[in-house]
Amino acid sequence: MSHAATHDQHDDHHGAPKSFFQRWCMSTNHKDIGTLYLIFALTMFFIGGSFAMVIRAELFKPGLQLVQPYFFNEMTTMHALVMIFGAIMPAFVGLGNWMIPLMVGAPDMALPRMNNLSFWILPFAFLLLLSTLFMPGGGPAGGWTMYPPLSLQSDSLAYVVFAIHLMGISSIMGAINIIATILNMRAPGMDLLKMPVFVWSWLITAFLLIAVMPVLAGAVTMLLTDKYFGTSFFNPGGGGDPVLYQHIFWFFGHPEVYIMILPAFGIISEVIPTFARKPIFGYKAMVFAIASIAFLSFIVWAHHMFAVGLPLGADIFFMYATMLIAVPTGVKVFNWVSTMWGGSMTFETPMLFAIAFVILFTIGGFSGLMLALVPADFQYHDTYFVVAHFHYVLVTGALFAIIAATYYWLPKWTGHMYSEFWGKMHFWNSVVWVNVLFFPMHFLGLAGMPRRIPDYNVAFANFNMISSIGGFLFGASQLIFLGVLIHCVFFSRKKATDRVWEGAKGLEWTVPSPAPHHTFDVPPIIHDEELAHGNVHG
Amino acid sequence: MQFPERSDGAKAIKRNPRGLTMGQQHDAYFIPAKSYWPFVAAMVMFTTMFGAAHWLNAAPGEAGFGRTVLTVGVVGVLGMFFGWFRSVINESLAGDYNHQVDTSFRMGMMWFIFSEVMFFGAFFGALFFIRMFSVPWLGGAGHGALTHQFLWSDYTASWGANGGNGPAHVGGTFSTVSPWGLPLLNTLILLSSSVTVTIAHHALRAGHRGKILVFLGLTVLLGALFLNFQAHEYIEAYHELNLTLHSGVYGSTFFLLTGFHGLHVTLGTIMLAVIWFRVLKGHFSKEHHFGFEAVSWYWHFVDVVWLGLFMFVYIL
Repeated sequence: MSHAATHDQHDDHHGAPKSFFQRWCMSTNHKDIGTLYLIFALTMFFIGGSFAMVIRAELFKPGLQLVQPYFFNEMTTMHALVMIFGAIMPAFVGLGNWMIPLMVGAPDMALPRMNNLSFWILPFAFLLLLSTLFMPGGGPAGGWTMYPPLSLQSDSLAYVVFAIHLMGISSIMGAINIIATILNMRAPGMDLLKMPVFVWSWLITAFLLIAVMPVLAGAVTMLLTDKYFGTSFFNPGGGGDPVLYQHIFWFFGHPEVYIMILPAFGIISEVIPTFARKPIFGYKAMVFAIASIAFLSFIVWAHHMFAVGLPLGADIFFMYATMLIAVPTGVKVFNWVSTMWGGSMTFETPMLFAIAFVILFTIGGFSGLMLALVPADFQYHDTYFVVAHFHYVLVTGALFAIIAATYYWLPKWTGHMYSEFWGKMHFWNSVVWVNVLFFPMHFLGLAGMPRRIPDYNVAFANFNMISSIGGFLFGASQLIFLGVLIHCVFFSRKKATDRVWEGAKGLEWTVPSPAPHHTFDVPPIIHDEELAHGNVHG
Repeated sequence: MQFPERSDGAKAIKRNPRGLTMGQQHDAYFIPAKSYWPFVAAMVMFTTMFGAAHWLNAAPGEAGFGRTVLTVGVVGVLGMFFGWFRSVINESLAGDYNHQVDTSFRMGMMWFIFSEVMFFGAFFGALFFIRMFSVPWLGGAGHGALTHQFLWSDYTASWGANGGNGPAHVGGTFSTVSPWGLPLLNTLILLSSSVTVTIAHHALRAGHRGKILVFLGLTVLLGALFLNFQAHEYIEAYHELNLTLHSGVYGSTFFLLTGFHGLHVTLGTIMLAVIWFRVLKGHFSKEHHFGFEAVSWYWHFVDVVWLGLFMFVYIL
């Protein structure tokens, strides 16, 4: 080709375009698109967080205090939808976008334009979803699970269903891209069983996404036709069954909760070896554990529905299948602890969040085991115990892992170190207040306080007030996070080295900090000893 | 996979307006140039969805702007597909896409079809659940005994015309479509179309363009014929059998499953027609014809779904 030209420097010949629209709206660059995802997720995190503040403010004292019950229900519904589909999932996709090509030695994602489409659908989808709050009749208020017949009474159902369709399309395309990148774009020598655990976790997560997002689309489509086109899927009078919706929804929903935790497992498996200065303990076991958890996620969905009156055989099957998940999860927790055992550990902010993850996620896992027991679940179902359980796995689990990953890779993204002092301030405030926020919910739930309710018995007053105080302070602590990020991106003068962390291994640390706009124009040569987990065969 | 040695040649960058090819060897990385199509796609998808939601939500008799917005959105989506695919086709014809890009495209299409399988899986799952559990339970089977006794003690569970619309007989009395008329004919049509598209594929690999055009054209016609018969069947169901979307859960599953399948046949037929014109314009070579293959995979997938429908919706 006549345009051929030779360059010696591999970071100057095609830098980022100058025009704002070209760079951010027309991008085919995995780093820019990853950044967009992460900024979007952070924005949604604060929007969803503000909804949570409304919830905690209303629950500060018994009796209706601040908001109308319908608005309260909108807040619980929207808080969940925004945090799940707007904050946690896009944050993981953003991290995957940024890091997977760097970790496997690829120049970019396999399908860069589709990557851009996957991102840009999201702001529009959330515009559609959030706009319902301002419409006559209000937004969805039947809970994020949208169980019929309650959800069919909502005036905004069509908007919500279409927003979910858009999010699903975005997720499926993002997942296809990640699978194609991992399977097709790895540098020569980067064998599957030499890939970082984070990449493995995303490969399996992407499979789950492609398998279950269409099922969610099917479920909400049936809601749509039941409301607007006179079908009877969930109407017993016409031969249907509202429980059918729950089955289909949770066939999506349970893999979905692993979609929100498996990449977190991957992140923790990167962070702990770096700061323990030891390779991950049991690399293959970690990979196979993720795969087993993913498999099991397809055969446990009805444990969300024990209380609807399932046949006894179903109760028993789903109870045992659910408890089986504790085995591979236990393998992971023990391997993280074994990785730290005898390591020369240091406690920078990412490591602090990772250790907090291991301990607090395990608490969430144990309360999950309690909920898996059918007779116990009959008591706990739809109480604050469930709320405590899934916030331990999603906040101190998924969110803490995302925060750990942000601190861990931020110097690689920006070329500057964040403030370690303020990072630790963020950590200690978060870890203390998150427990003040969520731990009392266990007691509230065991005492019988139902979830999704704006008013409650005075007997629950004390724990609710404690929980609300924890909530406000946990929310405020996240402003420290925002401050640390802004400082690091715009004001930090402390240059990061290429390696950043003394014990860091893997391809992403071999490129300069900040990572140039294009990396690995030429496939890198893989040296096994430079990989974090490269020597698994030896 | 063999990659070029990291020699001087490896650092040469091929520049062209459509993207970057890194390294000189055929197997080196290719990154497409910036494009506004993804952003446009997101906008028109939003327009379509917003218009559709607004239209559905309009009170009966209310004018509303939903339908106008929806129309604009749909036209936009069609234009976006046209524009985006045109740029991809131009890049492909210019020879920018190497073996690795081709593999990425293949993986993309395969996993897209897998997601479609799961989408249909949700509706088939609903059908199985309704037939195996919810209808028998309403008739008093298993742990539905009390529901039956207290709510609908006169309901006898059965599928089809005598109970498929539930204890409240939603939608009134109806008759079912016989599988051995149009549905059987449609089965034969779709199976034949799978054969013709495969003959066209073999002809493409052998380089017989006339034969490709004939057999691919035949496939398009068979697809259109299928849709024509499907439309007849719907009209007959609505006007003569009183089998409608409102006919309880039987009508719901019947029309949603066959309807979504019909939508996929429509898309597949349009895709086949586009491919026919691309063959006419000589876009494909014996070795490089991923567009053709992707559409034929899709067509086979639609065919297999129909066999499931024929079995579980019509016959059983």
